[in-house]
Amino acid sequence: MSLQVVTANRLDDGLAVFMTADDGWSTDIRDAVCAKDAQQAEALMARADTQKQQVTVVGPYLIDVAQEDGVLVPTKYREVLRTLGPSVRTDLGYQAG
Amino acid sequence: MAIVKNDCVIDNEWVALDDESSVPESGANVLVSLARFKAEHDSLIARNGGLGVLLVPGDAPEDLADDIDRFSLIAVKFPAYTDGRGYSYGRILRERYGYKGEMRAVGDVLRDQILYMHRCGFDAYEMADDGDVALEKVRAALRDMTVYYQPTGDDRATAGSLRERRRAALDGASS
Amino acid sequence: MYRYDDFDRQLVAERTAQFRDQVARRISGELTEDQFKPLRLMNGVYLQLHAYMLRVAVPYGTLNGEQMRKLGYIARTYDKGYGHFTTRQNIQYNWPKLNEIPDALADLATVEMHAIQTSGNCIRNTTTDQYAGAAADEIEDPRPYCELIRQWSTFHPEFTYLPRKFKIAVTGSPNDRAAVRVHDIGLRMHKNAAGETGFEVTIGGGLGRTPFVGKTVRDFIGKNDLFSYLEAILRVYNRFGRRDNKYKARFKILVHEVGIDDIRQQVEEEWAKIKDGSLRVSDDEIAQYIAQFAPPAFEELQDNDPEFERRKQAHPDFAAWVRSNVIAHKQPGYAIANISLKPIGGIPGDATAAQMELVGDLADQYSFGDVRVTHEQNLVLPHVKKADLFSLWAELNGAQLATANLGFVTDIIACPGLDYCALATARSIPLSQRISERFGDLERQYDIGELKIKISGCINACGHHHVGHIGILGLDKRGKEFYQITLGGDASQDAAIGKIAGAGFSEAEVVDAIEALITRYIDIRTVGERFIDTYRRVGMDPFKEVLYGDR
Repeated sequence: MSLQVVTANRLDDGLAVFMTADDGWSTDIRDAVCAKDAQQAEALMARADTQKQQVTVVGPYLIDVAQEDGVLVPTKYREVLRTLGPSVRTDLGYQAG
Repeated sequence: MAIVKNDCVIDNEWVALDDESSVPESGANVLVSLARFKAEHDSLIARNGGLGVLLVPGDAPEDLADDIDRFSLIAVKFPAYTDGRGYSYGRILRERYGYKGEMRAVGDVLRDQILYMHRCGFDAYEMADDGDVALEKVRAALRDMTVYYQPTGDDRATAGSLRERRRAALDGASS
Repeated sequence: MYRYDDFDRQLVAERTAQFRDQVARRISGELTEDQFKPLRLMNGVYLQLHAYMLRVAVPYGTLNGEQMRKLGYIARTYDKGYGHFTTRQNIQYNWPKLNEIPDALADLATVEMHAIQTSGNCIRNTTTDQYAGAAADEIEDPRPYCELIRQWSTFHPEFTYLPRKFKIAVTGSPNDRAAVRVHDIGLRMHKNAAGETGFEVTIGGGLGRTPFVGKTVRDFIGKNDLFSYLEAILRVYNRFGRRDNKYKARFKILVHEVGIDDIRQQVEEEWAKIKDGSLRVSDDEIAQYIAQFAPPAFEELQDNDPEFERRKQAHPDFAAWVRSNVIAHKQPGYAIANISLKPIGGIPGDATAAQMELVGDLADQYSFGDVRVTHEQNLVLPHVKKADLFSLWAELNGAQLATANLGFVTDIIACPGLDYCALATARSIPLSQRISERFGDLERQYDIGELKIKISGCINACGHHHVGHIGILGLDKRGKEFYQITLGGDASQDAAIGKIAGAGFSEAEVVDAIEALITRYIDIRTVGERFIDTYRRVGMDPFKEVLYGDR
């Protein structure tokens, strides 16, 4: 199984966020806590999908990631776009820095 | 769980019967499914005690037309708040068949749908909340809007009718 | 143009307050996301890939100058300086914050605008001909009826939780520019044998996963009876539309499965019971609405303006823009000016805050304060004096708004696609940009002639690919974007659903494939034939051949 992290959109501004080891959320996927097998993934999702988390984020789900040069990168292009921003507006989103 | 009607929390005075259990001899108010009502029509009509029918989505409100004055309760089930069929049933029962008794929304009845239900003829709401909370939600929901575009059977004046009235008054004043 | 009275203003103010309260209840945790989602959707708030998206209604595509400037202000204040005009004649903002959306809605309310029912399983914004009230070929201005439909459908208590969304489009002209036959209900104005004006009613049209051209349920419904008839149709749909499967819940599926004859019988039976009720609209009331859309104070002019002719001679760029983007007006001496939001290599339908503010000003200066949004993602100034066209063009040209490509190969419809949309399976915009660049040369475009390319980034078909002369559907094939081509679609009065040409193309191949199709068309067309005409004459095979050879 691929490595996985939990992603969601933040409730207040809707930005893509990634769950961290302390059950918080970061806009930077490099801060995300990573599941190495199905059991760990299930446990992460259980921590992400609670009533308490509902007032912080919307719609948490698992995505496949890979380590590239020591950095977590999504494997699906859709999720790559979420970590960057629109490919047609490189001045916007996280890619704009 | 609480039932709100006419700006009050009311007690449930109805026994909901499933299709197998026996009908109490007399006295108790019974709420039966449409199927059971159709199957045991004559005995249910003849019985002493209030008669109510529960409509679920897919039922035809037309099936109640001939006996509409026999019912003191028609409950309409909203299995999920997204299933809007009950709104049509409400309007057909009130506006087409002139049903005058209690029409109760049951199931997934939430604050933000109550105004629409009220506009479609519902006057009682069975909610998952406790009494005071339920009452406050119903009150707030009915306060959300004061302007209505569509004529329904709820007797609210529509924007169109108020405009008409205003024009008539202006015409009267100018002539 | 329709102006709100105190009732309309009060209703929008109450709605804004209601949504502010709903947002507060969501943020406090009183409402779960599942409970909140349909409420936010009915106020046009989506959650997309990168952020929330706010879709603001432009009822029947009509704006005044002040409203257009306010759209620019919203882009500047609550978003990142731009907005996206859609195939539903609406505008979308891509970056608003949830807790600021109530403020944005309050600002919109000051100019009689809102986001009501721009999403959700309810009756959506009614769309119509962008040239309504100006077109030379119009039987009657459809906007008074659109406004009456807007009011009837706004917070309709019975039809707010339909099986699925529901779209109504109206045309007042025999030349259908509103694609009415691919809507749940299409209304086409025409005259009956007695000479009265009314509507042909088609139902069950739609694009998406299962495209259908609408079928006629009634050849003629009089104006007074229109609203009871619409209510009868909606009631049949609300009661009997499928709710067991989201993908089969649209009205078109019910019409298809039950059959038009049986649906007609159900609708007529329902209508017979309500037609004499309170939804019957009197001639007097209709007249009030027609008066609201009375023509502006046109001057009595000669149709030909010598200065205008001289300018065309002197400025070939202006002359080209007039040829492609300016259309005959019913009033002598006036013209309809189309503003292309398809600059070569640009993002179809996007406009910056400054562009919106400029168009608002130009509308006030040159077009009686009237702007339209088209379902092809362009803008229109519907009432411009021919004598003013040159000054207008010069101002548009200075703001990258004078691309002379209306109806040509680079006037592409594209949905936001995977660059923004949470549902998309592939990107649409980069592909439209590459096609636009490939065919950017205007002379080449004019040689190709009218050609409608429409691109959707998923099966939901927001980019109308099914009714493109050339349609492109972006899909995901094992993690890679690939694109399926359809040919022969048409959104006009000759509505047709395009046919799939064959296997899809990779992102790298697809622009070449489009060029091959166009080259083949040029090789085999006869004089005066558009791409769609040639396709209809020769069929799929000659085009398939250039795409796949012997494959």
